Amino acid sequence: MTARRLFFLAGVVTLCAWVLVPLYLIALAATGGSAVVHAWPKPFLPTGALAATLAPLARFLSIAGVWPALLTSVETALVCVAISLTLGLPAGYALARFRFRGAVLFRVLVLMTRAFPVAILALPLAVTFIHLGLYDTPVGVGLMHTALALPFTILVSASLFQAIPAELEEASWVFGCSRLGAFRRVVMPLALPGIAAAATFAFVISWNEVFAASVLTVRHRTLTAYLLAILPESPLDVQFTGAFLLVVPSVIFIFLVRRRLFSIWGIANR
Amino acid sequence: MRSRTLPYLLIAPASLLLAVLFLWPLVQTAFLAFRAPGPLGVDVWSLAHVRRMVSDFDFHTALFNTLGLVVVVVPLQFILALTMASMLRHIRAGRSLVLWIWSIPLGISDLAAGLVWLAILSERGYLNTVLHAVGIISGPRSWLTYETPGVLFAAIVATELWRATAIVLVILVAGLDMIPREYAEAAEVFGATPWQRFRRITLPLLRPSIQTALILRTVLAFEMFATVIAIGGRNFPVLASKAYNWQYFDQNTGVAAAYALVIMGAAIGATLVYLRLLRSPEQAR
Repeated sequence: MTARRLFFLAGVVTLCAWVLVPLYLIALAATGGSAVVHAWPKPFLPTGALAATLAPLARFLSIAGVWPALLTSVETALVCVAISLTLGLPAGYALARFRFRGAVLFRVLVLMTRAFPVAILALPLAVTFIHLGLYDTPVGVGLMHTALALPFTILVSASLFQAIPAELEEASWVFGCSRLGAFRRVVMPLALPGIAAAATFAFVISWNEVFAASVLTVRHRTLTAYLLAILPESPLDVQFTGAFLLVVPSVIFIFLVRRRLFSIWGIANR
Repeated sequence: MRSRTLPYLLIAPASLLLAVLFLWPLVQTAFLAFRAPGPLGVDVWSLAHVRRMVSDFDFHTALFNTLGLVVVVVPLQFILALTMASMLRHIRAGRSLVLWIWSIPLGISDLAAGLVWLAILSERGYLNTVLHAVGIISGPRSWLTYETPGVLFAAIVATELWRATAIVLVILVAGLDMIPREYAEAAEVFGATPWQRFRRITLPLLRPSIQTALILRTVLAFEMFATVIAIGGRNFPVLASKAYNWQYFDQNTGVAAAYALVIMGAAIGATLVYLRLLRSPEQAR
């Protein structure tokens, strides 16, 4: 191995450590409880038995408001996933299967929506939602999050349907399937893993969102909005445990959808 | 006939929802920001909210902080992501593992990222433990206060680099994967050095992806919010946190909307600059 190659590999390892070490440290801080948070100098290895490391997590979950916030987060994300898929899959299918006037424009406009600041959307929606009775509900926040997730759902599902040969669908028409029947029996089963990935994307976008969730809720907060609201008065170990609980699902989700991450940006720039 | 109208029927619901969720709030934000109670108790067009925003004691600080963060963070992220994307092309074994590790931060919320780095940088945090061990500091020391704005700024930059470089990386890697290898191979045959191949072939072909990545990243950097609050609290005001404070603590949606419009203006301005600077050759023709 040449010195150059060694230098290169050292760079790769350093950059991996740059990502992973902070995650390891938040896990340490979150599972150590207040003893570790106030320890000086800090231990870099877990202290105590496994049961002891779970106690701070249990304690965090027992704080009044955490469980409801966790449930609200999940409800909100599910609303976001449901609307995103219902509207996004047909649009993605249209982009993948038909050549129609305005398809490029539609694609560009969809991507451009990401250049809108969340604050512009969330503040007036707070006013509108009060009138509509959607303020402070998971449906309202989920609808707002759909605005952020839907563009991704459309682009992911477009790339997904593009990867399924149109010939399979055409063959089933020959054998007497209707368009809808062919979609249900031939395309859907093949697309299911990809659809699961699109759903996961939408879930993570909603799960992580802070600003809109904070502005659109008062009593029924999502976990992020709840954490942000209690930040000024909560001890550090509570903050770290909260952060850890936010991070864990995200890391798992990204692992599940890692292969799809690139398909969005591949087609988006074509 | 059916397959002519069908695609439009399929994109109609999504288009409708996006139009309602984007255009309506945009109009309404303008109303919120530029209309205030007039002398007769009826709302009239007015600059009252804008004036109140500009006379806010830390409006200029927030504007300056936000611009400073964008100007420092975005170029650093771009260089780092481009380096990482190029490195990925030379990894022989375990490329997908490395790619996965590097894209993990993509799924981490700005709030969580801020708290992760708070754990590292707090008074009795991990960084201070290391600094103590190598003898740079003698005991616990707090960095993230208004007394050390430079360190506070650097801490937010580090957190953003950690969290949001991944999105730039993913866009660039997707773009690189679409460039046929034959181009670089042909150039190699004609004796182009690695640097020349990168500069003359890869970068120009990557331009659309670079444009997307920079626009998206810059817009998101202008609305940086939870990271800053988690690390700096109220010691480091930025535009989005001011909008949040006015809405949440002062319950003044008008001034908050004015702040939102400033963010929007900055985002549009930056997008136009990128579109102009990074024109693709077809558009230039």
